[in-house]
Amino acid sequence: MRQSLNDGQMVLTNLLKEMGLEVERILKGCMQTLITLDRAQAEFWIAEDHLVNDFERQVDDACVRLIATQQPVAKDLRKIISAMKISTDLERMADLAIGIAKVTRRIEGPLCKPLIDIPLMAEKALVMMRQGLEAYSREDMELARNLAAQDDAVDHLYNQVVRDLLVIMTKSPEYLDQGMYLTFVGRYLERFADHATNIGENVIYIATAQRQDLNK
Amino acid sequence: MGQSLSVRHLEAWYGSNKTLKGINMEIKPNQVTAIIGPSGCGKSTFVRCINRMHETLPGTKVKGEITLDGESIYDQDPVALRKMVGMVFQKANPFPSMSIYENVVAGLRLNGMKNKQKLLASAEKSLRMAALWDEVKDRLNYSGMSLSGGQQQRLCIARALAVEPSVLLMDEPASALDPIATTHIEELIRELKENYTILIVTHNMQQAARIADSTAFFLNGELVEHGPTSEIFTNPNDKRTEDYITGRFG
Repeated sequence: MRQSLNDGQMVLTNLLKEMGLEVERILKGCMQTLITLDRAQAEFWIAEDHLVNDFERQVDDACVRLIATQQPVAKDLRKIISAMKISTDLERMADLAIGIAKVTRRIEGPLCKPLIDIPLMAEKALVMMRQGLEAYSREDMELARNLAAQDDAVDHLYNQVVRDLLVIMTKSPEYLDQGMYLTFVGRYLERFADHATNIGENVIYIATAQRQDLNK
Repeated sequence: MGQSLSVRHLEAWYGSNKTLKGINMEIKPNQVTAIIGPSGCGKSTFVRCINRMHETLPGTKVKGEITLDGESIYDQDPVALRKMVGMVFQKANPFPSMSIYENVVAGLRLNGMKNKQKLLASAEKSLRMAALWDEVKDRLNYSGMSLSGGQQQRLCIARALAVEPSVLLMDEPASALDPIATTHIEELIRELKENYTILIVTHNMQQAARIADSTAFFLNGELVEHGPTSEIFTNPNDKRTEDYITGRFG
């Protein structure tokens, strides 16, 4: 029954998965530009932003088409509305990743310290995004709820990054600019993880029609 | 004003076939209640029990209780009851040999009203309530059959309203109409609920979602779920309701 609607929902799920892979590729690339301070690569990734924007438009169009032609209700409607919201989250996640490449553009000279916690934050945030999309695909509430604890871990790392950078900026004022930019990066990654929890919240909404805050 | 309906342990049969299996339902006054469910689930039988039309067919049987503002409908004369509980059917059925005007006042005449002024005033009032007056006021003597399908259905609604019922039963009133005529009927239903209690049987999920305050889902002669329309169409309690409204079966 309702093969067209089922097919349409499958298209949405696949689009979001592909969009997630694109966001992952961009975040990894942007992080690499920061670690290597490769400005040319930073420009390359900044120019890649449109790819995720295109995905967002495709998801929006597919959702509008399904709503107009299939008149979905209840869980079907929640799933489609959530797909639109998730695509917006993914688009913002890509913007945050691009923000890291823009920081690379501005950093002068060698890094004030080896980057350890920031790449770890990026890794954890990416795991969260993958898990959120997997939870959406499988409608797995437990997987979605599990994102809350992971977000706490990313928040903890962010606080650690800010503390470390404050110490460096206080001791060595010549790193004031760089310290500020790296704090931005920490903030971008913390926000990236928050968007991953939004994906999980949408999964819970699809399954229960209830809102649950995974980012307290 | 509309009256409340209370249905308790309602059972109905066609011969040995039990089509309603113990329905309990409270219907609030001045609200639109949509009855939805797959074909053969008993929704038309249910509304036909409310004005005691079901029992007029040979071989049928009804058990249980239906009260209208607390009074049993079975304590009332069926003809008097049908004055209070009007009905509009799926297919517009104006009396073919009568004019538009005669169609509207047919019920009043049957009930003994003869005063021409009163009949004319009542016809105008009913046609206005049915949002048809402006379209037919200059041709009241034309045949009811000269109207379009949507107009004929509104004529039937005007005919039902003329006897001043408190409850209006509508069995798929817009299923044979085009989208514009359907919109007219839906707008009319929304306006009429100020003065009437309305029960509408519909196969059109979106129509139920648009116009009904509460929605009841019937399946195999049972009432599966009855609740606010906004809940039934966003987060129904019963999986069978969800499967039906999302088109997974039925």
